[in-house]
Amino acid sequence: MGEKILMKGNEALAEGAVRAGCRFFSGYPITPQNEVPEYMSWRLPEVGGTFIQAESEVAAINMIYGAAATGIRCMTSSSSPGISLKQEGISYCAGADLPFFFANVVRGGPGLGNIAASQGDYYQSVRGGGHGDYRTIVLAPNSVDEMGNFPKKCYELAEKYRMPAMILADGILGQMMEPVEFKFETVDPKSLKEKGWELGVDNGRGKRIVRSYDLREGELEKINLRRMEKYQEIEAREVLYETRNCQDADLVIVAYGTSSRIVSAAMKMARDKGFKAGLFRPITLWPFPSQALSQMAKKVRNFLVVEMSMGQFVQDVRLAINGQAVVDLYARPAGIPASEEVFAEIEKVYKEIKTAGPVKKAAATPQLRSVQAPAPKTKPAAKKQVKKRKVKVSKKAVKTKPAKPPKARPVKRSTPNVKRTKAAKKKGGRK
Amino acid sequence: MELLNKKPQSLVDMKMHYCPGCGHGIVHRLVAECMDELGIRERTVGVAPVGCAVFADSYFNCDMIQGPHGRGPAIATGIKRSKPECIVFSYQGDGDLASIGMGETVHSAARSENITIIFINNAIYGMTGGQMAPTTLVGQKATTCPSGRNPKVNGFPIKICELLAPLEGAVYLERTSVYNAPNVIKTKKAVKQAFQNQIDGKGFSLVEVLSMCPTNWGMTPLESAKFVAEKMLPVYPLGIFRSPEKEGGAN
Repeated sequence: MGEKILMKGNEALAEGAVRAGCRFFSGYPITPQNEVPEYMSWRLPEVGGTFIQAESEVAAINMIYGAAATGIRCMTSSSSPGISLKQEGISYCAGADLPFFFANVVRGGPGLGNIAASQGDYYQSVRGGGHGDYRTIVLAPNSVDEMGNFPKKCYELAEKYRMPAMILADGILGQMMEPVEFKFETVDPKSLKEKGWELGVDNGRGKRIVRSYDLREGELEKINLRRMEKYQEIEAREVLYETRNCQDADLVIVAYGTSSRIVSAAMKMARDKGFKAGLFRPITLWPFPSQALSQMAKKVRNFLVVEMSMGQFVQDVRLAINGQAVVDLYARPAGIPASEEVFAEIEKVYKEIKTAGPVKKAAATPQLRSVQAPAPKTKPAAKKQVKKRKVKVSKKAVKTKPAKPPKARPVKRSTPNVKRTKAAKKKGGRK
Repeated sequence: MELLNKKPQSLVDMKMHYCPGCGHGIVHRLVAECMDELGIRERTVGVAPVGCAVFADSYFNCDMIQGPHGRGPAIATGIKRSKPECIVFSYQGDGDLASIGMGETVHSAARSENITIIFINNAIYGMTGGQMAPTTLVGQKATTCPSGRNPKVNGFPIKICELLAPLEGAVYLERTSVYNAPNVIKTKKAVKQAFQNQIDGKGFSLVEVLSMCPTNWGMTPLESAKFVAEKMLPVYPLGIFRSPEKEGGAN
């Protein structure tokens, strides 16, 4: 602790996982995440762990399925096409309520795409990714330092809620070098508590089964509803985000990961020109900081989303803002924007604010730029139906007493990167 | 009255769902008896497949995990390498092991993972309703080769033991059957040997068991047993293909 080490993002990720207690890695080489298995191949044996270069992504994730079922802290990593292959296994782990940690160092897609950075796997990451009704906790770092420190957070969340947790990085974060300071005590796996469900030696406790199916009529739905309560709890407690210059902002730029760094530079240029621009950076992409954004939209009338994907991330921002403000989009599918380009977008928005006023619609240019119209009033009948459903679910959720949603509070850069909500601090272990 | 035989402790006392004349029940019992006799029930973890044996996770009285189709050896690898003190076996059918899971089968053998695989070969897809398996015999009818397997269209049956035998990591490979009593006894011996190899840390062991599927073959249980003896044995000869002692063995 306290020591700064110059590392590649991928290496920091691997070292962070080992320090967080990871003792099992299985993976398959794919660019741009190859430093992770390479690092693990010598680092894990050093601490008495296991590294396996699997014959395929499919085998790798199923080794994780087996390892996670024994309660060990395990990990796999890959890049876009490889993560697609792993999705079935991830779905099985979600179905069997097994915690594990994995990282996607995203490259361009679809298909083989290219090996440059991209954010094109956003939908796949935050909507579950594999088959079935499930979610994955997704953390999006924007520095090598966070690449090194987030694995521990992922293990803690994964184990607390018994589900997969992932880091969504990209080729730039994986390949670039920066100082990293591991801000946590190294975890000794022996110090971790027994989980009570892990497979292994019986010792008279009786048989345990890990499976992701239930063929009894109606049972699977009950299980999925219980899982949804858990997801609601996570959405209420575990949201992480960072805001900068938002207090006086009349334009808030929303971006995550690498894009948020480019936006930071563009924001600086804007501030120098006298534009009151701020940055909102979600750190957890699921759970998404919807409440905070929605709160912010009550004061701020213009938002600009910058993403390195074809308008995937903007969907969640628009859902959160729900027509309360204008949401512009600057999208670069498999392209990396320069801060000057983002600044030009900021200027454009300001021109529109000046001429059309912030509440009116901005001219929509197809594909890369569009505007969210105010939400139409829902028909009373449809509203009723939605309400009824909500009550049904929340009735059960009452049992778990979800904490109040986090307040939209600006987080200064100087504070620790991982900002936990008030409620999360109050509440300890998993129920 | 003296009790001469009872249900093995390693089986849960419940009704199995298998069809009359199916070999799964027999092999389940043999595996359980071996676990009892070797005293490994408490530290055994089994991997149940997708397919007819999916409910093996309920039947065996040890820790069990049920995995995706074909991935048994990968899951077993993850468990064994995380908890080497455990005895890990994967129970798989022919579609599972020889088709979708061929990669996992070959590579776990190549790595000589210290696991035990029980491979049930009944030359057909059972659970999904009688489609062609990679092990379906030439000329044998299945729902996806209704006029019989034609090698020109469907290719030839895959002989797993022969396929794995040249691999240096494959420590023990034996093909047995459960179509009659003497062969049931031989199968038990093979299963026990496969577990013993793991206890001794010798490496990858696989027992291929030729079994019956009266339902999907469209036969009576008796006809099925006859089919194994007359049709399957000539294609899939019984015997030890690789053993730790035998020349060419890994150790």
